[in-house]
Amino acid sequence: MTETFYQVMRRQGITRRSYLKFCSLTAASLGLAPSFAPTIAHALETKPRTPVLWLHGLECTCCTESFIRSAHPLAKDVILSMISLDYDDTIMAAAGHQAEAALEQVMKEYKGNYILAVEGNPPLGEDGMFCMPGGRPFADKLKHVAKDAMAVIAWGSCASWGCVQAAKPNPTTAVPINKVITDKPIIKVPGCPPIAEVMTAVVTYVATFGKIPELDRQGRPKMFYSQRIHDKCYRRPHFDAGQFVEQWDDEGAKAGYCLYKMGCKGPTTYNACSTTRWNEGVSFPIASGHGCIGCSEDGFWDKGSFYDRLSNITQFGVEANADQIGLVGAGVTGAAVVAHAAVSAIQRASNRNKTQADRTQADRTQADSANKVEH
Amino acid sequence: MTVIETQGFKLDNGGRRIVVDPVTRIEGHLRVEVNLDDKNVIRNAVSTGTMWRGLEVILKGRDPRDAWAFVERICGVCTGTHALVSVRAVEDALKIQIPDNANIIRNLMHSTLYAHDHLVHFYHLHALDWVDVVSALGADPKKTSELAQSISNWPMSSPGYFRDLQSRLKKFVDSGQLGPFRNGYWGHPAYKLPPEANLMAVAHYLEALDFQKEIVKIQTIFGGKNPHPNWLVGGVPCSINLEGIGAVGAINMERLNMVSKIIDDTIAFIDNVYVPDLLAIASFYKDWGAIGGGLSSTNLLSYGEFPDIANDQSDKSLLMPRGAIIGGDLKTIHAVDLKDPSQIQEFVNHSWYKYGDETKGLHPFDGVTEPNFVLGAGTKGKKTAIDQIDESAKYSWIKSPRFKGHAMEVGPLARYVIGYAKGMPEFKEPVDMVLKKLDVPTGALFSTLGRTAARGLEASWAAHKMRYFFDKLMANLKAGNFATANIDSWEPRTWPATAQGAGYCEAPRGALGHWIKIKDTRIDNYQCVVPTTWNAGPRDTKNQIGAYEAALMNTPMAKPDEPLEILRTLHSFDPCLACATHVISPQGEEITRVTVR
Repeated sequence: MTETFYQVMRRQGITRRSYLKFCSLTAASLGLAPSFAPTIAHALETKPRTPVLWLHGLECTCCTESFIRSAHPLAKDVILSMISLDYDDTIMAAAGHQAEAALEQVMKEYKGNYILAVEGNPPLGEDGMFCMPGGRPFADKLKHVAKDAMAVIAWGSCASWGCVQAAKPNPTTAVPINKVITDKPIIKVPGCPPIAEVMTAVVTYVATFGKIPELDRQGRPKMFYSQRIHDKCYRRPHFDAGQFVEQWDDEGAKAGYCLYKMGCKGPTTYNACSTTRWNEGVSFPIASGHGCIGCSEDGFWDKGSFYDRLSNITQFGVEANADQIGLVGAGVTGAAVVAHAAVSAIQRASNRNKTQADRTQADRTQADSANKVEH
Repeated sequence: MTVIETQGFKLDNGGRRIVVDPVTRIEGHLRVEVNLDDKNVIRNAVSTGTMWRGLEVILKGRDPRDAWAFVERICGVCTGTHALVSVRAVEDALKIQIPDNANIIRNLMHSTLYAHDHLVHFYHLHALDWVDVVSALGADPKKTSELAQSISNWPMSSPGYFRDLQSRLKKFVDSGQLGPFRNGYWGHPAYKLPPEANLMAVAHYLEALDFQKEIVKIQTIFGGKNPHPNWLVGGVPCSINLEGIGAVGAINMERLNMVSKIIDDTIAFIDNVYVPDLLAIASFYKDWGAIGGGLSSTNLLSYGEFPDIANDQSDKSLLMPRGAIIGGDLKTIHAVDLKDPSQIQEFVNHSWYKYGDETKGLHPFDGVTEPNFVLGAGTKGKKTAIDQIDESAKYSWIKSPRFKGHAMEVGPLARYVIGYAKGMPEFKEPVDMVLKKLDVPTGALFSTLGRTAARGLEASWAAHKMRYFFDKLMANLKAGNFATANIDSWEPRTWPATAQGAGYCEAPRGALGHWIKIKDTRIDNYQCVVPTTWNAGPRDTKNQIGAYEAALMNTPMAKPDEPLEILRTLHSFDPCLACATHVISPQGEEITRVTVR
């Protein structure tokens, strides 16, 4: 039980050299300088595997499915060697009484030293019985396990924000877990689902350093959620050059132009998709021809259609200056660049000229909440 | 104590009551209670869906082109299957024809899901019901190697490989931190595999965990991510560019090569690891060819899937068969029409919903869904602490769908039996091969073992179909056909004021249907009837039991406190409860005709 991560790895036939390489890669994947590798190595050599209790509320299990897609580290190695996944109803061998006993045992044996990971969220309607594992409200189970946890991780947009079941009119009164767990910091790892390697990086960070990563105001790890998809999108040069997909499967689509006019939410979505990419870096939504739907953002279901064009791009904060500078340059350098979407979008936002189709959209009940979306 | 006779079963709720909650290694939340007689044989079974979300209510008033993304989040395990059915429903309503390439790419993405989902189910959700991890510690690596090499030419089979793995496993177990294997049923008398077979299976459990993430990359290439890839009404969002400027921003030769390689690897893994393991393990559990049959020898339903011809869902086009078998009559395959109000109906007299007249069932188009969370007088515990369900009253968040009044089983076994009964060689020949190899009678098909075997055969079928679809796509590209989307009806201003349609498929777990009504370019009504609703649903007005409850009946349990046998049969269906559970609207909402999941 007191065995360290390093001992586990050594016992499993991993050489010291491979082990140190792993530590360097871990440091790199966490966005840390190479000088952090020895810190990681030392931590792993002196700590037993941290128990993780993974609870499921109202959810679709996409977070677990994403987690097992992790390529570095492999989900297998996370589960067998890095953490001790002592409760997760999706994969655990035990069921019923034996499963619940495992939960209680770990909470007692590792009081204050286990991580609570939550996938999905608690509904508050019908006294919480819209989700009733063990014949009791999930919200109660969540509070019970949270009480003695060292840290709490909110997997995905359900646990972080509410996600699809909390979209209007939220029939079950599903709430993010921070409405139920109020006395502990919560690491929010949003996305529907989050990227696999982001998930495993967050878990290994906590297990390695024994502390939670630096979080932004909304509780998200800065290392993965501090920049917009748009900021590092490989199609960004086409946005800047005014080259857009105008229709599905047109010449612009075939050439990999910017999907902004097809409703891409990359400019307002904070996530690592355009850098870390998905499924071992194979692709991400924009690279496969569909705009970002903004799935890691709070309330993304209620911000208008996924195909509505974002209009108010002056909200971009510090970059508004850069854009404005760019616009001045565009005006000077040639008429072709005046067609730049940024220009037309800003004009649209200020003129509020609506086409017939736009008016139809404005009739939507969600319109009031979608003030950042063109209607 | 009461005794109810239905469908040839005698339900007796006397004797000892066992509660299993949570049922683990499934998607979502499920509770099961059974009554045992004095010989520990199950004489009554109660299946309760214990979660409910509300997606259909949430869809009301939204853009029909967005619906796929909402319903895709019904399930992250069978990811994409609800999205596929959603875009089909919208296209049916708006009469949109999709390009041939889009149909092929959708088929490729869906067959990819089949291969992935079945593989993960077998190894990571089902295998621990048959494989004793701790027993593997006592295996002889050399004999394990001989066993592995006798059933397959899979290269990772040397004595050294198994010795290393065993050593890793031993050290893991010795650490005392057993993780997901904690409190498992190790040493349970119902485990029958020799240590060598257990060690081989544990090795493949881990190999499959590594490999499954490769299969889904096909969905990532065409849909941008997995789980939850992107779809598009009118086609697929990815363009194809093999020649021109910017080809690196679209589906190009490098992408296609990656797809092709993954297909080869998938076929190799399923045919050289999954199927041989399935047969090897099954050979030690032939008695399960007579357990857990439930409704499978009588009532089976399939909507059919994989249209080989774009925009054609007729029998001629469907590669996986459509039809229904009723009363065990394999000679008569009944036609299935999702729009016929007399065929599919849902009942709620045992579900936590309210109908004006609960003696009748309603077709999804005319359905009413109103929450009514009331517990029967025989419930033990209280509203927020239920110790025992009273199944004589309402007892599940799942409705009871019926086909022409009959409870039906859906899923791989249903598809294989229907394909077999129709005499389709792709389905008949593999079944005959398995029966012969295991030396069991045809009747063994209708069982827990048969259900698990059919899923394995289907994984192989799907993997080879991936190759077939890929080759079809390449043939189109050679012929200069690159279109992937039809945008004629993309703009809502081109739509009629009202429209309605149905989309359906065979999802990995069985028959899946979505119904949509569009009014003034917005969703007026959206409904889903999903596979696990068919299988896991509670009783109906005639006290007919659903597939789960039927399959658990008459199963002997070796150690009732460690409910391994219950898990075996439930897992043979691959339960998906987030799919099955209905959605209800808040009070005051107009909820007629909304069936919630």
